[in-house]
Amino acid sequence: MMTAEAITNAGVLDLAEMSVRDANATLQAATEGAFTLRNPGGRHALACGLMHPVSVTVEGHAGYYCGGMNKEAEITIRGNAGTGVAENIMSGIVRVTGDASQSAGATGHGGLVVIEGNASARCGISMKGVDIVVGGNVGHMSAFMAQAGNLVVLGDAGEDLGDSIYEARLFVRGSVKRLGTDCIEKEMRPEHVAIVAGLLDRAGLFADPSEFRRYGSARRLYNFKIDNVGSY
Amino acid sequence: MCGIVGLYLKDEALQPRLGALMAKMLAEMTERGPDSAGFAVYRDGPPVPTLSCLGPVGFDWDAAAASLASATGTTVDVERIADHALLRVAGDLRAARAHLIDAFPAIDVLATGEAIEIFKGVGDPMEVARVFGLEGRSGTHGIAHTRMATESAVTIAGSHPFSTGPDTCLVHNGSLSNHFLLRGFLEARGEKLQTENDSEVAAAFLSWRMREGDTLKEALEAALKRLDGFYTLTIGTRDGFAVLRDPIACKPAVLAETDQWVAMASEFRAIAQLPGVEHARIWEPEPGVVYSWGGEGMRAAA
Repeated sequence: MMTAEAITNAGVLDLAEMSVRDANATLQAATEGAFTLRNPGGRHALACGLMHPVSVTVEGHAGYYCGGMNKEAEITIRGNAGTGVAENIMSGIVRVTGDASQSAGATGHGGLVVIEGNASARCGISMKGVDIVVGGNVGHMSAFMAQAGNLVVLGDAGEDLGDSIYEARLFVRGSVKRLGTDCIEKEMRPEHVAIVAGLLDRAGLFADPSEFRRYGSARRLYNFKIDNVGSY
Repeated sequence: MCGIVGLYLKDEALQPRLGALMAKMLAEMTERGPDSAGFAVYRDGPPVPTLSCLGPVGFDWDAAAASLASATGTTVDVERIADHALLRVAGDLRAARAHLIDAFPAIDVLATGEAIEIFKGVGDPMEVARVFGLEGRSGTHGIAHTRMATESAVTIAGSHPFSTGPDTCLVHNGSLSNHFLLRGFLEARGEKLQTENDSEVAAAFLSWRMREGDTLKEALEAALKRLDGFYTLTIGTRDGFAVLRDPIACKPAVLAETDQWVAMASEFRAIAQLPGVEHARIWEPEPGVVYSWGGEGMRAAA
């Protein structure tokens, strides 16, 4: 049996043999190193609340809220993720090699969320500075009330993209089924192409940045003052 | 919140293990619905017309069977399990159901059909599974439900699945906001509802549409227009099952398919223990899209 001391900086945590609570306590206590979570079995709240630059690989499908509140850690889910993956991420990277369910990256303040497959409804809901790159499609109501950050979608977006959006930037390569209230298409200027190119590079996904179209707020719905634009 | 699971077997070799596989799936959904539970199993083997019934403590099932035999002019056998009874009849199941509901207000007819059997109870879902022997049951497919009640009382009859017609049943995660109006509409068209539950109204709606000639797919498409509220529905039929989520996808669902089975659950963890899951195609059903599986009859229906 592994001791807590032996796995402080590296190790395999097998959820067939230990509880999620114990596994998370080990990950949260580590300040560096690489860990593998085996047999996740769709359990909820895996690798949550990590505050140090550790690396975690989840070998299989995760349940709800995996990688929630992440700060500095790099988490890779080798499979699908349930509702709210990387919710309220502060920094670091959360990567899903499969699909993500609803509300991926919800309320994220910073860091990078990469969904290599599809994300379903409400991806990036209320995002507050996080960057989200989705290799496939996003479902309806994505970037709902998004406040800051970038959402890059290599596939298509569902209905009501960017509904009630504040100041986040939305980049979609494919079709948008319907734009949400107060969300409009905007000019794709060279600096936006550069943003998309940089995010694709960080995400390790390949696409021509010039193929993306940009969407954002028409600023008719909230009380926007041009004098304050520098604050955003 | 509620939990739903469904398992449709493609590989006949798994049929003896249907109940055991479903019990593990149901156990994982206990946290989503700890107040009551129920399951429907579609038996393998030859058709046996059966009414799955629930009655109060001390209910005289033999008297009910005798009354039913006399009213329908057929023989009726009784198999009792706890507060349930399976009445095996020959003849018109719809007429038998109507007779029991009219003549014995104390009982609930949970299901009628040639393959379906439904059992339900309040309390710990695994205790409900144990009392009714889910683990030992064989069959072709089944659906099950763990309930966290929102719209009506925690009662045995208010537990899911709800029967939607011969060999057809439904489980529901969500809540309907127009069930009261729809109830009156459906009762005026001859549907016999037995509880105050909103999900039973959804079941009766599908039953009414299919009695009017809709295929299951058409009935579910009509439901998309008429049911107001949140729902993930899983529907069992004689030889298949279907899944439908409301257009804004308020309630979760995961589908998984291998060469041996198709599984549906509210969350992946209920599917995680199925044999061969590491090779399954796993996806989240799109909102407002009807998904269905089954044999020739089911394909024709869908």
